[in-house]
Amino acid sequence: MHIPDGYISPQTAGGLWALVVPAWYAAGYKVRRTLDARQAPLIAIGAAFTFIIMMFNIPLPGGTTGHAVGGTIVAIVIGPWAAVIAVSVALAIQALFFGDGGILALGANCFNIGFILPVTGYLTYRLIARGAAEGSARRWIAAGVGGWTGLNLAALLTAVVFGLQGELYTAADGSALYSPYGLATAIPAMMVPHLAVAGVVEAVMTSLVYIFLQRTNPALLQNYKTARAGGESRFELRPLIIGLALLLVCTPIGLLATGTAWGEWGADEVADEVGYVPEGMDRYAGAWTGLLPDYGFPAGEEGESLGEGAAETAGVVSVDAARKSAPAYLVSGVVGLALASVAALLSARFLFRGRQEGNRG
Amino acid sequence: MADGGMLPAWMTERPGGFEPGGPDRAVRQSALARTLLGLGRLARDTIYSEKVAARPGLMQGVDPRVKVAGVLVLLLLASLLRHWYLVLGLYLVSVAMAAAASIPAWFFMKRVWMFIPLFAAVIALPSIFNVVRDGDPLWVIWDFGGEVRLGPWSLGTSLAITQQGVRGAVMLVLRVAASVSLGVLLALTTRWNELLRALRVFHVPRLFVLILSMTYRYIFLLLAMATEMFTARASRMVGPASPREDRRFLAAGMGALLGKSHALSEEVYAAMVSRGFDGEPVTASRFRTAAADWVWLASTATLALSLLAGDRIIG
Repeated sequence: MHIPDGYISPQTAGGLWALVVPAWYAAGYKVRRTLDARQAPLIAIGAAFTFIIMMFNIPLPGGTTGHAVGGTIVAIVIGPWAAVIAVSVALAIQALFFGDGGILALGANCFNIGFILPVTGYLTYRLIARGAAEGSARRWIAAGVGGWTGLNLAALLTAVVFGLQGELYTAADGSALYSPYGLATAIPAMMVPHLAVAGVVEAVMTSLVYIFLQRTNPALLQNYKTARAGGESRFELRPLIIGLALLLVCTPIGLLATGTAWGEWGADEVADEVGYVPEGMDRYAGAWTGLLPDYGFPAGEEGESLGEGAAETAGVVSVDAARKSAPAYLVSGVVGLALASVAALLSARFLFRGRQEGNRG
Repeated sequence: MADGGMLPAWMTERPGGFEPGGPDRAVRQSALARTLLGLGRLARDTIYSEKVAARPGLMQGVDPRVKVAGVLVLLLLASLLRHWYLVLGLYLVSVAMAAAASIPAWFFMKRVWMFIPLFAAVIALPSIFNVVRDGDPLWVIWDFGGEVRLGPWSLGTSLAITQQGVRGAVMLVLRVAASVSLGVLLALTTRWNELLRALRVFHVPRLFVLILSMTYRYIFLLLAMATEMFTARASRMVGPASPREDRRFLAAGMGALLGKSHALSEEVYAAMVSRGFDGEPVTASRFRTAAADWVWLASTATLALSLLAGDRIIG
């Protein structure tokens, strides 16, 4: 699932760097609160562990082998935030010292495999294992489902990143500049093997390691819980996640709406409504076109791209253009939501810090 | 006495992958043998690349900060160029740089091409056909003589390789090869501790660099632990193990390694505290750039800018 350099455009790589840096910041802040100075050796050795177990060949039916990532089991033992840093460090070492996975694409790999995988894997585990006894079967099943979910969500994001290249970046003659497949090809091509094989390997190995630890080293599975109990703010992620899920489900509704959102007029629309274009607006129009202008994919060199129809007719969207730009709109929605949620997480963290310090003093 | 007459047949069968004389044939090996080989290869490659990095050479002499900056510029260039021959040119520049660093050319190319760019070629292969990605036909393989439909999907009127498809596939493979080549060049010509220190210049937080350097060291300790575990298992095995048994052993190995790692981190922490560590790492490195470093950076930047300008002028 590591994206090597050359498959994705520098714009995409940059965008994912912009997403992963706040995620690291949040993880670093969280870890500092729970682990103090102990964090450095724990995370370092957790990262080394992740690196090594990615090299373990797991026998699969049919005589081939695959490998596990182990992000979920690491998140269960050292905590999801420490795991974010540990897996990212392992990925950075693979890229910098062993040429495995791109250096420009490191931001993308760290966001998908280093952030999404351990965090969603851990949340799934917590959700299913809630209230289960320590040695119970529900716990190792939860760990396995967590491993499967985390890996597949990471794979899905990777597939979307690949698919966007095929949709967005085309040379003047129509040949692909980066990964050549669109979303409709990239997503099934990535997801079928991950849902059926790689995800299952991850699930089986996560469960087997969990069972082994339940039998031989149950204290290790309590490690993160003990660390958390040592005076930590309880920051509830659940309301945020439910809200985001609702928003995501509602995103397609935007496809039905026509016209322009209030307060988001372009210069030409202002001219239509008011009769003239304010001088300042005229000067700054076009200075910032946004990541995905008009919520469509940017037009290619020769205007061959998907967003063209929507951009040209400004307001009067033909059925054909609307159908064509629907995936672009949905992706815009998801990207926007991701950005918004990171911003929300960060601001919540700052607010929380203020409150907690107030309580202490 | 008949051969193996006292023993049941499964005991005399050899475990897969440990046949004398054939350890490099990865096809018919057990997962255990493959893992052991992989772990051994990692250690061997690392020692080799440290050796290369310690040799005198043009690339090794460049200040690590300058080198990291230069390689980043070239990597960015590799993903910005729009003409395949310019990307090929950039790849050849990286090969020339490797030669200047006294890395054997054959070894360098094998290291780069084995796997990642070859895999990119396999990935890109379907995209050269018109059924997958539309384009102007370059070579019609099969004229259907009318539109062929497969349920809701139209396959068009012929199966052909397209100009655009071939160009896109060549572009992807070359881009990937040039990028991997530059990355491997950086890794091979820079000692790991210098590379880590160079990261400080790019405002990577100190704690992050500390964790990276600790991780790097502990990878080799865990590598040794895992190798010992697998060697012990392999040397006790009588007859081949079933994949199911192998999976259980590997999972137990991971669990045991996780437990050992955790215990180790507690000990390391205690050792660090007893030596005065208070959570803030201190580094004592001072880099000094020489005129040669600036010449190197200037020529890299000039190369990058002229290639990029050429790319945009050609259109």
